[in-house]
Amino acid sequence: MNKEVLNARRLLCPLPVIRTQDKVKQLQVGDQLEVICTDPGVMQDIPAWCRINGHKVLETISADNEYIVILEVG
Amino acid sequence: MSMQRKAVALISGGLDSMLAAKTVMEQGVHVEGINFFTGFCVEGHTHAIRERGKAKLKRNNSLWVAEQLGIKLHIVDVIEDYKNVLINPRHGYGAHMNPCLDCKIFMVKKARQWIAENGFDFIITGEVIGQRPMSQRKATMPIVARESGADDLLLRPLCARNLPATLPEREGWVDREKLHAITGRSRKPQMEMAEQFGFDDYAQPAGGCCFLTDASYSSKLVDLWKAREDNKDYDLDDVMLLKVGRHIRPQQNFKLIVAREEGEGRFLQGYKKDFISMNSVSHSGPLVLVDGSPSAEDLYLAASITARYGQGRDAEQVDINIMSKDGSERTIQVKPLLAENMPQAWFI
Repeated sequence: MNKEVLNARRLLCPLPVIRTQDKVKQLQVGDQLEVICTDPGVMQDIPAWCRINGHKVLETISADNEYIVILEVG
Repeated sequence: MSMQRKAVALISGGLDSMLAAKTVMEQGVHVEGINFFTGFCVEGHTHAIRERGKAKLKRNNSLWVAEQLGIKLHIVDVIEDYKNVLINPRHGYGAHMNPCLDCKIFMVKKARQWIAENGFDFIITGEVIGQRPMSQRKATMPIVARESGADDLLLRPLCARNLPATLPEREGWVDREKLHAITGRSRKPQMEMAEQFGFDDYAQPAGGCCFLTDASYSSKLVDLWKAREDNKDYDLDDVMLLKVGRHIRPQQNFKLIVAREEGEGRFLQGYKKDFISMNSVSHSGPLVLVDGSPSAEDLYLAASITARYGQGRDAEQVDINIMSKDGSERTIQVKPLLAENMPQAWFI
Protein backbone atom coordinates (compact mmCIF):
# COMPACT_ATOMS: atom_id res chain seq x y z
CA MET A 1 0.00 0.00 0.00
CA ASN A 2 1.41 3.36 -1.07
CA LYS A 3 0.76 6.70 0.58
CA GLU A 4 0.97 9.73 -1.64
CA VAL A 5 0.49 13.45 -1.07
CA LEU A 6 -1.08 15.83 -3.58
CA ASN A 7 -0.53 19.55 -3.23
CA ALA A 8 -3.68 21.29 -4.44
CA ARG A 9 -3.12 24.55 -2.58
CA ARG A 10 -4.36 27.74 -4.31
CA LEU A 11 -6.54 25.72 -6.67
CA LEU A 12 -10.25 26.37 -6.60
CA CYS A 13 -12.88 23.71 -7.18
CA PRO A 14 -13.26 21.76 -9.32
CA LEU A 15 -9.49 21.79 -9.99
CA PRO A 16 -8.58 20.00 -6.73
CA VAL A 17 -11.13 17.34 -7.68
CA ILE A 18 -9.68 17.07 -11.20
CA ARG A 19 -6.12 16.78 -9.85
CA THR A 20 -7.32 14.15 -7.35
CA GLN A 21 -9.09 12.25 -10.12
CA ASP A 22 -5.96 12.32 -12.29
CA LYS A 23 -3.71 11.23 -9.42
CA VAL A 24 -6.01 8.39 -8.36
CA LYS A 25 -5.84 6.99 -11.90
CA GLN A 26 -2.13 6.37 -11.29
CA LEU A 27 -2.68 4.57 -7.97
CA GLN A 28 -3.71 1.04 -7.06
CA VAL A 29 -6.69 -0.15 -5.04
CA GLY A 30 -5.88 0.26 -1.36
CA ASP A 31 -3.38 3.10 -1.87
CA GLN A 32 -3.91 6.23 0.18
CA LEU A 33 -3.84 9.80 -1.07
CA GLU A 34 -3.61 12.91 1.08
CA VAL A 35 -4.89 15.99 -0.78
CA ILE A 36 -3.89 19.34 0.71
CA CYS A 37 -6.03 22.29 -0.39
CA THR A 38 -6.87 25.87 0.45
CA ASP A 39 -10.38 25.94 -1.05
CA PRO A 40 -12.84 24.92 1.69
CA GLY A 41 -15.16 23.61 -1.02
CA VAL A 42 -13.05 20.46 -1.21
CA MET A 43 -14.46 19.32 2.11
CA GLN A 44 -17.70 18.78 0.26
CA ASP A 45 -16.56 18.10 -3.30
CA ILE A 46 -13.80 15.50 -2.82
CA PRO A 47 -15.95 13.31 -0.53
CA ALA A 48 -18.80 13.59 -3.08
CA TRP A 49 -16.42 12.60 -5.87
CA CYS A 50 -15.18 9.67 -3.76
CA ARG A 51 -18.71 8.45 -3.07
CA ILE A 52 -19.71 8.36 -6.73
CA ASN A 53 -16.47 6.79 -7.85
CA GLY A 54 -16.15 4.11 -5.17
CA HIS A 55 -13.30 5.52 -3.07
CA LYS A 56 -13.28 5.89 0.70
CA VAL A 57 -12.62 9.07 2.64
CA LEU A 58 -10.54 8.14 5.67
CA GLU A 59 -10.21 11.56 7.24
CA THR A 60 -10.85 15.26 6.65
CA ILE A 61 -8.87 17.89 8.52
CA SER A 62 -9.16 21.67 8.50
CA ALA A 63 -6.57 23.85 10.17
CA ASP A 64 -4.83 27.15 9.50
CA ASN A 65 -6.81 27.84 6.33
CA GLU A 66 -5.82 24.50 4.87
CA TYR A 67 -8.19 21.65 4.15
CA ILE A 68 -6.90 18.10 3.93
CA VAL A 69 -8.74 15.06 2.64
CA ILE A 70 -7.20 11.62 3.08
CA LEU A 71 -8.74 8.96 0.88
CA GLU A 72 -8.26 5.32 0.09
CA VAL A 73 -8.50 4.24 -3.52
CA GLY A 74 -11.38 1.82 -4.10
CA MET B 1 -29.74 -11.27 -24.11
CA SER B 2 -28.92 -7.96 -25.79
CA MET B 3 -25.78 -6.07 -24.91
CA GLN B 4 -26.23 -3.21 -22.48
CA ARG B 5 -25.47 0.02 -24.30
CA LYS B 6 -23.39 2.77 -22.73
CA ALA B 7 -23.93 6.50 -22.97
CA VAL B 8 -22.11 9.49 -21.61
CA ALA B 9 -24.24 12.42 -20.45
CA LEU B 10 -22.99 15.99 -20.43
CA ILE B 11 -23.73 17.00 -16.85
CA SER B 12 -23.79 20.73 -16.27
CA GLY B 13 -25.25 20.51 -12.79
CA GLY B 14 -28.61 21.89 -13.88
CA LEU B 15 -31.98 20.20 -14.04
CA ASP B 16 -32.16 19.53 -17.80
CA SER B 17 -29.04 17.40 -18.07
CA MET B 18 -30.08 15.57 -14.92
CA LEU B 19 -33.47 14.71 -16.42
CA ALA B 20 -31.96 13.78 -19.77
CA ALA B 21 -29.56 11.32 -18.15
CA LYS B 22 -32.30 9.88 -15.95
CA THR B 23 -34.64 9.41 -18.92
CA VAL B 24 -32.06 7.26 -20.67
CA MET B 25 -31.06 5.39 -17.51
CA GLU B 26 -34.71 4.40 -17.09
CA GLN B 27 -34.39 2.52 -20.38
CA GLY B 28 -31.64 0.28 -19.05
CA VAL B 29 -28.73 2.11 -20.64
CA HIS B 30 -25.51 2.38 -18.60
CA VAL B 31 -24.92 6.11 -18.20
CA GLU B 32 -21.87 7.96 -16.90
CA GLY B 33 -21.54 11.71 -16.64
CA ILE B 34 -18.95 14.07 -18.06
CA ASN B 35 -18.35 17.66 -17.08
CA PHE B 36 -15.92 20.00 -18.79
CA PHE B 37 -14.01 22.61 -16.81
CA THR B 38 -13.28 25.56 -19.08
CA GLY B 39 -11.97 27.84 -16.35
CA PHE B 40 -15.06 30.00 -16.57
CA CYS B 41 -17.71 27.66 -15.26
CA VAL B 42 -16.95 28.37 -11.68
CA GLU B 43 -20.04 29.21 -9.71
CA GLY B 44 -18.39 28.37 -6.38
CA HIS B 45 -15.19 30.36 -6.77
CA THR B 46 -16.23 33.76 -5.54
CA HIS B 47 -17.94 31.99 -2.72
CA ALA B 48 -14.80 30.03 -1.90
CA ILE B 49 -12.55 33.08 -1.96
CA ARG B 50 -14.65 35.57 -0.07
CA GLU B 51 -14.56 35.43 3.71
CA ARG B 52 -18.26 35.86 4.26
CA GLY B 53 -19.09 32.90 2.04
CA LYS B 54 -17.27 30.39 4.18
CA ALA B 55 -20.04 29.78 6.67
CA LYS B 56 -22.07 27.97 4.06
CA LEU B 57 -20.18 25.99 1.45
CA LYS B 58 -21.56 25.95 -2.05
CA ARG B 59 -21.84 22.50 -3.51
CA ASN B 60 -20.52 21.55 -6.91
CA ASN B 61 -23.76 20.93 -8.73
CA SER B 62 -22.39 18.51 -11.30
CA LEU B 63 -21.01 16.23 -8.57
CA TRP B 64 -24.24 16.57 -6.67
CA VAL B 65 -26.32 15.65 -9.74
CA ALA B 66 -24.13 12.62 -10.43
CA GLU B 67 -24.60 11.48 -6.87
CA GLN B 68 -28.37 11.89 -7.10
CA LEU B 69 -28.35 9.84 -10.31
CA GLY B 70 -25.97 7.26 -8.86
CA ILE B 71 -23.57 7.56 -11.79
CA LYS B 72 -19.86 8.16 -12.16
CA LEU B 73 -18.78 11.65 -13.17
CA HIS B 74 -15.67 12.41 -15.18
CA ILE B 75 -14.53 16.01 -14.81
CA VAL B 76 -12.26 17.02 -17.64
CA ASP B 77 -9.88 19.98 -17.65
CA VAL B 78 -10.28 21.69 -21.05
CA ILE B 79 -8.83 25.07 -20.10
CA GLU B 80 -6.16 25.08 -22.82
CA ASP B 81 -8.33 23.79 -25.64
CA TYR B 82 -11.14 26.16 -24.69
CA LYS B 83 -9.02 29.24 -25.42
CA ASN B 84 -9.56 28.91 -29.13
CA VAL B 85 -13.33 28.69 -28.60
CA LEU B 86 -13.38 31.89 -26.60
CA ILE B 87 -10.92 33.83 -28.72
CA ASN B 88 -12.17 32.75 -32.16
CA PRO B 89 -15.82 31.75 -31.91
CA ARG B 90 -16.98 30.78 -35.38
CA HIS B 91 -20.58 31.56 -34.50
CA GLY B 92 -19.85 34.72 -32.53
CA TYR B 93 -20.66 35.85 -29.02
CA GLY B 94 -23.94 36.16 -27.18
CA ALA B 95 -24.96 39.22 -25.18
CA HIS B 96 -21.52 39.38 -23.55
CA MET B 97 -18.36 37.34 -24.16
CA ASN B 98 -20.26 34.06 -24.14
CA PRO B 99 -19.62 31.95 -27.24
CA CYS B 100 -22.51 29.64 -26.36
CA LEU B 101 -23.00 27.83 -29.66
CA ASP B 102 -19.29 27.25 -30.21
CA CYS B 103 -19.02 26.15 -26.60
CA LYS B 104 -21.75 23.56 -27.03
CA ILE B 105 -20.15 22.29 -30.25
CA PHE B 106 -16.79 22.10 -28.48
CA MET B 107 -18.15 20.12 -25.54
CA VAL B 108 -20.07 17.66 -27.69
CA LYS B 109 -16.94 17.23 -29.82
CA LYS B 110 -14.94 16.46 -26.68
CA ALA B 111 -17.60 14.00 -25.60
CA ARG B 112 -17.44 12.40 -29.04
CA GLN B 113 -13.71 11.86 -28.59
CA TRP B 114 -14.30 10.53 -25.07
CA ILE B 115 -16.83 7.88 -26.12
CA ALA B 116 -14.48 6.68 -28.85
CA GLU B 117 -11.64 6.34 -26.35
CA ASN B 118 -13.76 4.69 -23.66
CA GLY B 119 -15.95 2.31 -25.63
CA PHE B 120 -19.25 4.11 -25.12
CA ASP B 121 -22.03 4.11 -27.71
CA PHE B 122 -23.63 7.54 -27.71
CA ILE B 123 -23.89 10.99 -26.12
CA ILE B 124 -26.74 12.56 -24.15
CA THR B 125 -27.33 16.27 -23.62
CA GLY B 126 -30.10 18.11 -21.82
CA GLU B 127 -30.73 20.47 -24.72
CA VAL B 128 -34.28 21.63 -25.36
CA ILE B 129 -35.37 23.36 -28.55
CA GLY B 130 -36.06 27.02 -27.82
CA GLN B 131 -34.59 26.89 -24.32
CA ARG B 132 -31.67 29.22 -24.99
CA PRO B 133 -31.64 32.09 -27.48
CA MET B 134 -28.24 31.32 -28.97
CA SER B 135 -27.35 27.68 -28.58
CA GLN B 136 -30.62 25.85 -28.16
CA ARG B 137 -32.76 26.68 -31.18
CA LYS B 138 -34.24 24.39 -33.79
CA ALA B 139 -31.76 25.75 -36.33
CA THR B 140 -28.73 25.17 -34.10
CA MET B 141 -29.49 21.57 -33.12
CA PRO B 142 -28.19 20.09 -36.40
CA ILE B 143 -25.24 22.51 -36.36
CA VAL B 144 -24.10 21.18 -32.98
CA ALA B 145 -24.51 17.58 -34.14
CA ARG B 146 -22.71 18.18 -37.44
CA GLU B 147 -19.86 20.46 -36.39
CA SER B 148 -19.05 18.41 -33.29
CA GLY B 149 -18.74 15.29 -35.41
CA ALA B 150 -21.20 13.51 -33.13
CA ASP B 151 -23.87 13.46 -35.86
CA ASP B 152 -26.57 10.95 -35.00
CA LEU B 153 -24.76 9.66 -31.95
CA LEU B 154 -26.05 12.75 -30.18
CA LEU B 155 -29.34 12.11 -28.39
CA ARG B 156 -31.35 14.90 -26.76
CA PRO B 157 -33.87 12.92 -24.70
CA LEU B 158 -35.87 15.97 -23.58
CA CYS B 159 -36.77 17.07 -27.11
CA ALA B 160 -35.89 13.99 -29.19
CA ARG B 161 -39.38 13.48 -30.55
CA ASN B 162 -39.21 16.90 -32.18
CA LEU B 163 -36.02 15.94 -33.98
CA PRO B 164 -35.10 13.29 -36.56
CA ALA B 165 -34.43 9.88 -35.03
CA THR B 166 -30.82 9.33 -33.99
CA LEU B 167 -28.86 6.11 -34.23
CA PRO B 168 -29.69 4.98 -30.65
CA GLU B 169 -33.39 5.35 -31.53
CA ARG B 170 -33.18 3.70 -34.93
CA GLU B 171 -31.19 0.77 -33.56
CA GLY B 172 -33.59 0.32 -30.66
CA TRP B 173 -30.98 1.05 -27.98
CA VAL B 174 -33.59 3.44 -26.61
CA ASP B 175 -37.32 3.56 -27.23
CA ARG B 176 -38.12 6.85 -28.99
CA GLU B 177 -41.68 6.75 -27.68
CA LYS B 178 -40.36 7.01 -24.13
CA LEU B 179 -38.34 10.12 -24.95
CA HIS B 180 -39.80 13.61 -24.73
CA ALA B 181 -40.98 16.44 -26.97
CA ILE B 182 -40.35 19.51 -24.82
CA THR B 183 -39.92 22.89 -26.52
CA GLY B 184 -39.58 26.48 -25.37
CA ARG B 185 -38.47 28.33 -22.31
CA SER B 186 -41.15 27.16 -19.91
CA ARG B 187 -39.73 25.07 -17.10
CA LYS B 188 -43.05 23.46 -16.24
CA PRO B 189 -42.54 20.16 -18.11
CA GLN B 190 -39.11 19.72 -16.55
CA MET B 191 -40.43 20.48 -13.08
CA GLU B 192 -43.21 17.93 -13.53
CA MET B 193 -40.70 15.36 -14.74
CA ALA B 194 -38.44 16.11 -11.77
CA GLU B 195 -41.36 15.46 -9.47
CA GLN B 196 -42.10 12.15 -11.20
CA PHE B 197 -38.49 11.08 -10.75
CA GLY B 198 -38.54 12.19 -7.12
CA PHE B 199 -36.00 15.00 -7.55
CA ASP B 200 -37.07 17.68 -5.12
CA ASP B 201 -33.78 19.56 -4.91
CA TYR B 202 -32.02 20.84 -8.01
CA ALA B 203 -30.12 23.89 -9.20
CA GLN B 204 -32.39 26.68 -10.34
CA PRO B 205 -31.92 27.64 -13.98
CA ALA B 206 -30.30 31.05 -14.14
CA GLY B 207 -28.27 31.12 -17.32
CA GLY B 208 -25.82 28.53 -16.11
CA CYS B 209 -22.67 28.99 -14.10
CA CYS B 210 -20.54 30.52 -16.86
CA PHE B 211 -18.87 33.80 -15.94
CA LEU B 212 -18.75 34.74 -19.62
CA THR B 213 -22.48 35.47 -19.52
CA ASP B 214 -21.81 38.08 -16.83
CA ALA B 215 -21.56 41.69 -18.05
CA SER B 216 -19.10 42.81 -15.39
CA TYR B 217 -16.80 39.84 -15.89
CA SER B 218 -16.91 40.22 -19.66
CA SER B 219 -15.94 43.91 -19.36
CA LYS B 220 -12.91 42.96 -17.31
CA LEU B 221 -11.90 40.33 -19.84
CA VAL B 222 -12.18 42.77 -22.75
CA ASP B 223 -10.21 45.34 -20.76
CA LEU B 224 -7.48 42.77 -20.12
CA TRP B 225 -7.18 41.99 -23.81
CA LYS B 226 -7.10 45.66 -24.78
CA ALA B 227 -4.42 46.39 -22.21
CA ARG B 228 -2.32 43.62 -23.71
CA GLU B 229 -2.63 45.22 -27.13
CA ASP B 230 -5.19 42.70 -28.29
CA ASN B 231 -3.07 39.69 -27.36
CA LYS B 232 -5.97 37.53 -26.29
CA ASP B 233 -4.00 34.67 -24.83
CA TYR B 234 -4.76 34.07 -21.16
CA ASP B 235 -4.04 31.61 -18.41
CA LEU B 236 -6.04 30.33 -15.49
CA ASP B 237 -4.60 32.95 -13.14
CA ASP B 238 -5.93 35.67 -15.45
CA VAL B 239 -9.35 34.02 -15.37
CA MET B 240 -9.29 33.76 -11.60
CA LEU B 241 -8.07 37.28 -10.90
CA LEU B 242 -10.85 38.80 -12.99
CA LYS B 243 -13.26 37.40 -10.41
CA VAL B 244 -11.51 38.83 -7.41
CA GLY B 245 -11.44 42.36 -6.03
CA ARG B 246 -12.17 45.80 -7.36
CA HIS B 247 -10.44 46.42 -10.71
CA ILE B 248 -9.33 50.00 -11.33
CA ARG B 249 -7.46 51.11 -14.43
CA PRO B 250 -6.23 54.71 -14.16
CA GLN B 251 -4.14 54.31 -17.31
CA GLN B 252 -3.72 51.90 -20.17
CA ASN B 253 -0.37 50.61 -18.87
CA PHE B 254 -1.50 49.48 -15.42
CA LYS B 255 -4.44 48.54 -13.28
CA LEU B 256 -5.03 47.86 -9.60
CA ILE B 257 -6.77 44.86 -8.11
CA VAL B 258 -8.01 45.91 -4.68
CA ALA B 259 -9.09 43.22 -2.22
CA ARG B 260 -12.59 43.93 -0.97
CA GLU B 261 -12.42 41.85 2.18
CA GLU B 262 -10.17 39.51 4.14
CA GLY B 263 -10.81 36.39 2.08
CA GLU B 264 -9.93 38.19 -1.14
CA GLY B 265 -6.84 39.64 0.52
CA ARG B 266 -5.70 36.17 1.51
CA PHE B 267 -6.32 34.91 -2.01
CA LEU B 268 -4.36 37.79 -3.56
CA GLN B 269 -1.45 37.12 -1.17
CA GLY B 270 -0.75 34.06 -3.29
CA TYR B 271 0.03 36.32 -6.26
CA LYS B 272 2.56 38.63 -4.61
CA LYS B 273 5.44 37.04 -6.48
CA ASP B 274 3.72 37.70 -9.81
CA PHE B 275 2.76 41.35 -9.30
CA ILE B 276 3.90 44.52 -7.61
CA SER B 277 1.83 44.67 -4.43
CA MET B 278 0.92 47.45 -2.02
CA ASN B 279 -0.64 47.88 1.37
CA SER B 280 -0.92 50.59 3.96
CA VAL B 281 1.39 50.23 6.96
CA SER B 282 0.30 53.29 8.90
CA HIS B 283 -3.40 52.35 8.81
CA SER B 284 -5.24 49.14 8.16
CA GLY B 285 -6.21 48.62 4.55
CA PRO B 286 -6.50 46.13 1.72
CA LEU B 287 -3.83 44.31 -0.22
CA VAL B 288 -3.56 45.72 -3.74
CA LEU B 289 -1.91 44.10 -6.74
CA VAL B 290 -0.63 46.29 -9.56
CA ASP B 291 -0.87 44.64 -12.97
CA GLY B 292 1.04 46.05 -15.93
CA SER B 293 4.12 48.22 -16.35
CA PRO B 294 3.71 51.27 -14.14
CA SER B 295 6.29 54.08 -14.08
CA ALA B 296 7.50 55.57 -10.76
CA GLU B 297 4.89 58.28 -11.14
CA ASP B 298 2.22 55.66 -11.82
CA LEU B 299 3.23 53.82 -8.66
CA TYR B 300 2.69 56.99 -6.65
CA LEU B 301 -0.80 57.28 -8.10
CA ALA B 302 -1.42 53.58 -7.36
CA ALA B 303 -0.25 54.10 -3.78
CA SER B 304 -2.57 57.07 -3.30
CA ILE B 305 -5.46 54.93 -4.59
CA THR B 306 -4.41 52.13 -2.22
CA ALA B 307 -4.49 54.64 0.63
CA ARG B 308 -7.95 55.74 -0.42
CA TYR B 309 -9.32 52.23 0.23
CA GLY B 310 -7.90 51.91 3.75
CA GLN B 311 -8.78 53.34 7.13
CA GLY B 312 -6.47 56.26 6.41
CA ARG B 313 -8.63 57.57 3.57
CA ASP B 314 -9.26 60.83 5.44
CA ALA B 315 -5.71 61.21 6.77
CA GLU B 316 -3.29 63.83 5.51
CA GLN B 317 -0.65 61.20 4.88
CA VAL B 318 -0.56 57.42 4.66
CA ASP B 319 2.50 55.16 4.57
CA ILE B 320 2.26 52.63 1.76
CA ASN B 321 4.55 49.64 1.51
CA ILE B 322 5.42 48.68 -2.06
CA MET B 323 6.74 45.19 -2.72
CA SER B 324 8.35 44.34 -6.04
CA LYS B 325 8.05 40.94 -7.66
CA ASP B 326 11.54 40.08 -6.42
CA GLY B 327 10.45 40.67 -2.84
CA SER B 328 12.28 43.99 -2.31
CA GLU B 329 10.26 46.51 -0.35
CA ARG B 330 10.10 50.25 0.22
CA THR B 331 7.68 52.58 1.92
CA ILE B 332 6.43 55.86 0.52
CA GLN B 333 4.18 58.55 1.97
CA VAL B 334 1.13 59.57 -0.02
CA LYS B 335 -2.00 61.62 0.35
CA PRO B 336 -5.06 59.41 -0.22
CA LEU B 337 -6.75 60.15 -3.51
CA LEU B 338 -10.12 61.79 -3.06
CA ALA B 339 -13.16 59.98 -4.41
CA GLU B 340 -13.96 62.92 -6.70
CA ASN B 341 -10.56 62.52 -8.32
CA MET B 342 -11.32 58.97 -9.37
CA PRO B 343 -13.31 59.10 -12.63
CA GLN B 344 -15.95 56.43 -13.10
CA ALA B 345 -14.16 55.35 -16.26
CA TRP B 346 -11.32 54.00 -14.13
CA PHE B 347 -13.60 51.34 -12.64
CA ILE B 348 -13.71 48.29 -14.90
